Order: sequence, then structure tokens, then C-alpha cells
Amino acid sequence: MPTDRIQYIYHKDNLQKSEPTRTKPEDLKSEEMIINLGPQHPSTHGVLRLEVITDGEFVKEVIPHMGYLHRCFEKHAENLPYNQIIPFVDRMDYLASMNSEHVYVMGLEKMLGIENTLPKRIEYIRVLVAELNRLASHFVAIGTYGIDIGAFTPFLWLMRDREHIQRLLEWVCGARMLYNYIWVGGLFYDLPVGFEERCADFIKYLKPKMKELEALVINNKIFIQRTANIGVLPLDLAINYGCSGPMLRASGLKYDLRKVDGYSVYPELDFDIPVGKGDMGTVGDCWDRNYVRVLECYESIKIIEQCLVQLTGTHMRTREFDPQAMVPKKIRPKAMDFYVRGETPKGELGFYFRSTGNTDVPYRCKGRSPCFVNLSVINELSRNTMLADLIAIIGSIDVVMGEVDR
Amino acid sequence: MTFQEIKELIIQESGAETVVAENLSGLQPILTIAKEKLPLVARLLWSNEKTYFDYLSCITAIDNPKTGTLEVVYNFYSIPYNHHFTLRVETSRGDENDLPKVPSLCEIYKTANWHEREAFDLFGIVFEGHPDLRRILLPADWEGYPLRKDYKEQEYYHGIKVAY
Repeated sequence: MPTDRIQYIYHKDNLQKSEPTRTKPEDLKSEEMIINLGPQHPSTHGVLRLEVITDGEFVKEVIPHMGYLHRCFEKHAENLPYNQIIPFVDRMDYLASMNSEHVYVMGLEKMLGIENTLPKRIEYIRVLVAELNRLASHFVAIGTYGIDIGAFTPFLWLMRDREHIQRLLEWVCGARMLYNYIWVGGLFYDLPVGFEERCADFIKYLKPKMKELEALVINNKIFIQRTANIGVLPLDLAINYGCSGPMLRASGLKYDLRKVDGYSVYPELDFDIPVGKGDMGTVGDCWDRNYVRVLECYESIKIIEQCLVQLTGTHMRTREFDPQAMVPKKIRPKAMDFYVRGETPKGELGFYFRSTGNTDVPYRCKGRSPCFVNLSVINELSRNTMLADLIAIIGSIDVVMGEVDR
Repeated sequence: MTFQEIKELIIQESGAETVVAENLSGLQPILTIAKEKLPLVARLLWSNEKTYFDYLSCITAIDNPKTGTLEVVYNFYSIPYNHHFTLRVETSRGDENDLPKVPSLCEIYKTANWHEREAFDLFGIVFEGHPDLRRILLPADWEGYPLRKDYKEQEYYHGIKVAY
């Protein structure tokens, strides 16, 4: 066999050298065992392997191994003009691309100094599609969380409702998941004619469905027993670990960047920040994290309704409105370092830019993804729990591996 | 607290030689400090009642082959005061046998753990005092540090052709 046809030279040392597990068999105490959980698991939306040290049913240690998906976002970003990075930003958190795009674009607009000059209609459309996408992302989180602990119906129901959102967004920009819709200084296109009406119809349809969901899952006795008091994350630990989004809010802190930073048109909109109250168990347990997401869906519906009022009233579609009018020909920020952050469904998404000032390619663009930081707390949460509860804990973190590995 | 007040606080508590440079030209001011003083300054920022930077948002490493330096940038945020602060340390690039060393902040911020592992994995910066410094995204026997500007990928990895 010619050697250039061999894909992988198997040698037992090769495997040892790449250190597939941190724990060696000889390090284990008696009765302890290494269990490899993953690489594929429905709750992780991607490839994650957990090296679990167990003693019988009890979890002693969880060591996450990732990098299977690593698609080099930062290396790509160093070689592409700013506007061509937007499709790569979509692919980080592929369940909430609009939110990621919004944050990225907002950062560049601040660097260029055009963030307050955009027409209000553009901002309202951005918030509208971002909140629609937030709903879709939370639906996946809540739905697959049901699967993790053995309930199949909510998954089907929520996927059905999410399909409507995806069709709406497909109508807006032509793609189901990876949109490239929000551009620096504008939008790819205005909303299609009739979108506002159909979106309003969808909201009318969705509201009773949310009540049904709550009755089915959230207040279900079995569901509560599986998730309450499991994986409790105290607030000080959550802050020290840099958790954000529903992870942090479920631990009891009213902290939402949409309110704190007040970016885009969020200050003009009326919505609440739901926090975990420990209704069914301790503050910051899995039930709280899931429930915060459900409550956030209600808030997103509220925001969407207000945006629709604005988009059909004060900031109506006009013949002269051109969403690409403000898009700069060349995006060339001054030489500076800039850190921008915004609230995505998973938490604080940040980008650290360094521009040299004489080129439209970033010198460095680091993505600080919420999932990466949220996942780092998993060992702390799952120590001394049961193996079955570990699944509930992973699901409640709501990780998208595309964002962890970037 | 403003940027200047925080700078004065740092000078007052840890000596004038701590602050190496400051950059006020951008939208967010950046303070460069001597890298040996990093744990001291971070603990000061974390525990002082006036600053209380309890949230470490981001750690970014940046490679500058032209000046032969590596930078590590820390974005701090204070939830109670709603303040931002950016710290920067600089180190030489070193070589394969003598990797640059920067003190770790894991003792103070647990979130630094994975951020530092990522910087070690992709830039080859050794964080001294890190409890578990391993590669995080790449296998342990990968050669080189991919986000350095002069990185050349290895030709074969376990017999698999890397370049396609």
C-alpha cells in the first residue's frame, strides 16, 4: 500500500502523546472509574466530550475536552476585511446568529463613530430580528432540556414553533440559520412587504402556546423533581467564574446588558429582567435556569410587540427608506483597541478588536463567547452529584459548541 | 472612579514603577503595567472598596512580531459600580524552549482559568501559578502556537496530512 494513501498511522504511543484523558488509570482510587461522556450529546449542540471520574453512581470530577469543532474564527478574522467577518460571526452561535451579528456590528459602528446616526427604523428592525432569534434559541434550549431528562413532547412542540420563526427569518434574508443580515451601518435589506402583519399573527399564535408549555414542563411534578436543587450555582461563584446571561440571572442577580449598557433602542422599550427566585428549590438550580429562559421568552414577545408597533407607526416603511444608505464603502477604524459586549441568549458576547488604522483587516479580533465561560463552571456544579443529574446540569448550561470552540 | 483615579490608586498602593505606560487615544483607555505586579494590582482592583472589579470579562493575547512582544489584555468590569477598566501587560516573545511567562490570575478570578489555557494553547504564553495549564482546543502534542503571526502548521500530525 502506498504510504501517501494512509490517512492515519496508528501507533499506541500516538494516542498517549495526545493525552486523550487527563486522569491516568493508575491515578484512580479503588472503585473509581473513568467514563467518557460524549463526544455527541443532544444537549450540547455540537461535539463535547466529558471525562467523568465516577465512584459508583456518584460523579467525582468532570473534565471537559473540547476543540473538536475548532474552526479558527480568530485566525480567519485576522485575514478578512471587517464586513466579510460577519458570516463567520454567524457561525459561532448558529442558534442565535442575529444576536451575535448585532453585537459585532455594534462594536464596529462604535469604532467608526456612526452608532447614533442610523435611522431608527434600522435599529428597530435589528432589535426585532434579534429578539425573534432569541426566542428561537431559547426554544431549542428548553426543548432539548426536556429531552435530556426524558420528556419528548416539549421538544416537538417547541421545534414546531421555532420553525415559524425560522421561516419568518428566511423570508427576511433568504437563509434559515446563518443570516448575514445585519450589516455595518445598515441592513442587507428592508423587511419584506407584509412581514410586520405576519409577525404580529405569529405572536398571537405563540402566546397561548407558551402557557401550554409551562403547564406541560415547568410545573410538571416529575420535571421539578429532576431539576430542583440540582446543580446549584451560588451567586458569588457565578460572578467569579464570569458566568453571564440566564446562568447568572438564575443565581439571583438582575443583570442584563440590554438594560445595563442600554445599547441600540433597548432603553426605549419596556421589558423586565427575570431572575431565579428558587420557587421550587434553591436559587440558582437547574429548574431556575430553565425557568428564567421561559420567562425571558415572554419578555422577548413583549419587545417584539413594541417593535412592531413602532415599525408600523412612527417608523413606517417609506419609499425613500434605504437600509444600505449608511453602509460605508470601506470600513477603516482609527488605530485603537476596543472591547464591545452585548447580550445574546447565552449571555455576554464580547469582541476585542485591535485595528492598526491603515487597513480594513483587524489586527486582532478575539471573541469572548458566553458559552466558553459558562461551561468552565461545570466541574464545580457537578462534583458529588449523581451521573443522571450531570446530564441535567449540562443541559441547563445551554452550551453551543460552535461558540465554545470558535 | 475615572481612569485617572484608578491609576493613581494603583500607583499609591503598589508604587510608581508599576505603571509602565498609558494609552488614552482610543475610545477605551488602557493602562500598561509591569507584569510582575499583575497579581498585586488585580487583587487590589478586586478587593478595594472603591473599585471592586468583581467581573473579569475577557483576556486577550496579542502577538507583535515586529516589536518582538506579546501582549495580554485584561478587561475588568465592576457590576456594582458599572465601571470598565482595561489592563495590559507586555512580555517578550521568547522562543520554543523559553516561552514567555506571565503571572496567572486564577487565584483571584476562577474565570481566568480557561482564558489563560486558551492563550497558552494559541499563543504559547506560560501563566505562572496556573493550577492546570494544558492545551484546551488542540491536542497536547500539537506543534506551534497557531495564533502567532508567524505560525507555520506542521506537515503531518500522526500521519495525517495537515495542510489541505
